[in-house]
Amino acid sequence: MGRFHRHADGTVHQHEHADAHADDHADDHGHGHGHDHDDGHEHDNGHRDVGDHTGYPETGTDRVAVLETILAENDRTADRNRADFERAGVVTVNLMSSPGAGKTTLLKRTIAELSGRARLGILEGDIATSLDADELDGLGAPVSLINTSAGFGGECHLDATMVRSGLGRLPLADLDLLIIENVGNLVCPAEFDVGQAARAMVYAVTEGEEKPLKYPVMFRACDMVVINKIDLLPHLDFDLDRFLANLRAVNPGAGLVQLSARSGAGIGQWCDWLVGLQARSAVAASDRS
Amino acid sequence: MHELALCEAILDTVTRQAGGRRVDRVHVRIGYFRQVVPDSLLFSWELLTEGTELAGCALDIEHVPAIVECRSCGARTTLDAPIMVCGTCVGSDVALLCGEEFLIASIDRAREVF
Repeated sequence: MGRFHRHADGTVHQHEHADAHADDHADDHGHGHGHDHDDGHEHDNGHRDVGDHTGYPETGTDRVAVLETILAENDRTADRNRADFERAGVVTVNLMSSPGAGKTTLLKRTIAELSGRARLGILEGDIATSLDADELDGLGAPVSLINTSAGFGGECHLDATMVRSGLGRLPLADLDLLIIENVGNLVCPAEFDVGQAARAMVYAVTEGEEKPLKYPVMFRACDMVVINKIDLLPHLDFDLDRFLANLRAVNPGAGLVQLSARSGAGIGQWCDWLVGLQARSAVAASDRS
Repeated sequence: MHELALCEAILDTVTRQAGGRRVDRVHVRIGYFRQVVPDSLLFSWELLTEGTELAGCALDIEHVPAIVECRSCGARTTLDAPIMVCGTCVGSDVALLCGEEFLIASIDRAREVF
């Protein structure tokens, strides 16, 4: 391998002498910008120069350190969202799941249950259609829809910029809680910070016990795992203990609620968690001021 | 399939860092706990760079394993499954040392402007 050099102007780079290049050889050259291959230096010993000087004899390459996270831009926008949420005094939950786990049904229940306890808003992400948003509309919580279908056939997740684009349609200052219903997908949404205070996921007992091991990034990312459709347990071979052991192996610290969004059993515990988040955040905000 | 979105982000950063110079290769570091399909990432990269000044620029993916350090016995374990357990004492009080990287590490950039 080549070596990193720091120059007076602060740039760090590495002259590329990859693979079979002998170490003692590397000491003999390559310490200046004028790295010159015509100096009689023997490069035939398996040396593979990735910079490929042959096509561009007059310009070699330097390895320049970047060291920036791939999602740096998304993270900056997420921080702006987070600052806006804090300023408005609204606690935001990023709600994720696979398609059909019951996010929308859970939200319908949640709107009804929280009525009078907390002012709830919904940001609804879907690849296409307003079906879910329509279902939630008129239940007493403001709903803002973001379709992700722009671009290459629809993004499979919400990112911080998409969330930001939907915020203008919500009365943030009048809300206590905002739930962002992410696109149904167990892979991509886990990778994108949208500025939430907490991440929660809905897992349905019809999905199988091995899901935490198969989608560890999602299960690891969550502060709360809602186990939904427990009314179906008598009809399934589902082994709840095995699922819980798998979940704990991947994420020992996640909160847990078992419920049925269909029957309403356990909804109170989920709503208590939401209200508790909001109460803790309000205390933290008053401590800061 | 968020690899396309990731490549858009990589492309933005690299274009900024290139400063109008040719870039032959981009080195990214991706940890075990990131759900990136390398082939999809490479495909997306080719698709997105085509017709831009970064056309033909190679994307070099370095995989970073997940290594945990046990808070009880101090042993380090390289995980071969996403299970946060010490390989020595089987304790689960472990800290992740690496494996969540999602980094544009460096670029091989021409010394002179085009």
